[in-house]
Amino acid sequence: MTDTLFFYSFALLTLAGAVLTITRRSAVHSAIWLIVSLLGVAGLFLLQHAEFLFAVQIILYIGGIMVLFLFVIMLVNLDLAARQARFNKAWWLALACGAAVGAEILYFLHRGAGAFRLGATGAAPAAAGTGNVEQLADVLFSEYLVPFEVASILLLAAIVGSVIMAKKRV
Amino acid sequence: MFHPITPAHYLVLSAALLTIGTLGVLSRRNIVVILMSIELILNAVNINLIAFSRLHGQVTGQVFAIFVITVAVAEAAVGLGLLIALFRNKETVLADEIDLLKW
Repeated sequence: MTDTLFFYSFALLTLAGAVLTITRRSAVHSAIWLIVSLLGVAGLFLLQHAEFLFAVQIILYIGGIMVLFLFVIMLVNLDLAARQARFNKAWWLALACGAAVGAEILYFLHRGAGAFRLGATGAAPAAAGTGNVEQLADVLFSEYLVPFEVASILLLAAIVGSVIMAKKRV
Repeated sequence: MFHPITPAHYLVLSAALLTIGTLGVLSRRNIVVILMSIELILNAVNINLIAFSRLHGQVTGQVFAIFVITVAVAEAAVGLGLLIALFRNKETVLADEIDLLKW
C-alpha cells in the first residue's frame, strides 16, 4: 500500500519533471526540472532496494552532472537562443513518433500486468547480514573487475578530451 | 484500488521516460537541452536494469547501471566541452544552425 503510493508519487515526479525539462524555454529552468526528474528516479531506486545506486544518483547526477550543466549554461550565452523558436522544423515528425510509442504504452496500460511474461523469478535471496553495497562490491570487484578497470580508462579519456575541447589554444 | 507494484509497472514507466527523452532529442533546437534529454534516456535504461535486477534477485543489473552512469558522466563532460568549443567558434547553441556539412 505505501509502496504503491510511493511508486506513483515518484513516477509522477519523474515524468512531470521530464516533460517540463523538454518544454521549458529557458535552459536554466530545464536544468532545474531535470533535477526534479532525477530525484524521482533516485526514489524509484530506493523503492527497488538499490540503496547504493540511490546515493550515486543523488551525489553523482544531481551533485555532479547537473552542476556541470549549470556551469556550462553560465559560460555559454543562452539569452539569444531563449528568444528564438524552441522546437526545430521537424517537431511534428518527432511528435508523431512519440504518439506512436505513447499508443503502445497506453495499450500495455490497458492490458495490465498480464501482458508481460517476464519469466520465472530466479530469486536467490541474499545471504543474511549482507547489505546492498556489500553484495554490489562482491560482484563488481570479482566478476566485473576488467570492465571496471576499462571504465577508468574511459573516464581518463573523457577528462583529457573535454579539457582539450574547452581549451582556447591547444 | 491499489494494485501491488510489479516489474511491469517499472517497465512501462521506463518506456514513457525513454519516449519523452527521445522527443526532446528529436524536437529541441538548443544543444544543452538535447544533452539533458540524453540524460533522461540513460535514466530510463537504468530504471529498466534495476527492475530486472530486483526481479531476478541478482545485483548484476545494478553493476551495469553503474557502468551506464559512468558512460553518462563521460558523455556529458565531452558533450559540454564540445559545446563550449562550438560556441567559441560559431556563436550559436542551436543545433539546426550548425549546418556546415549540409548541402
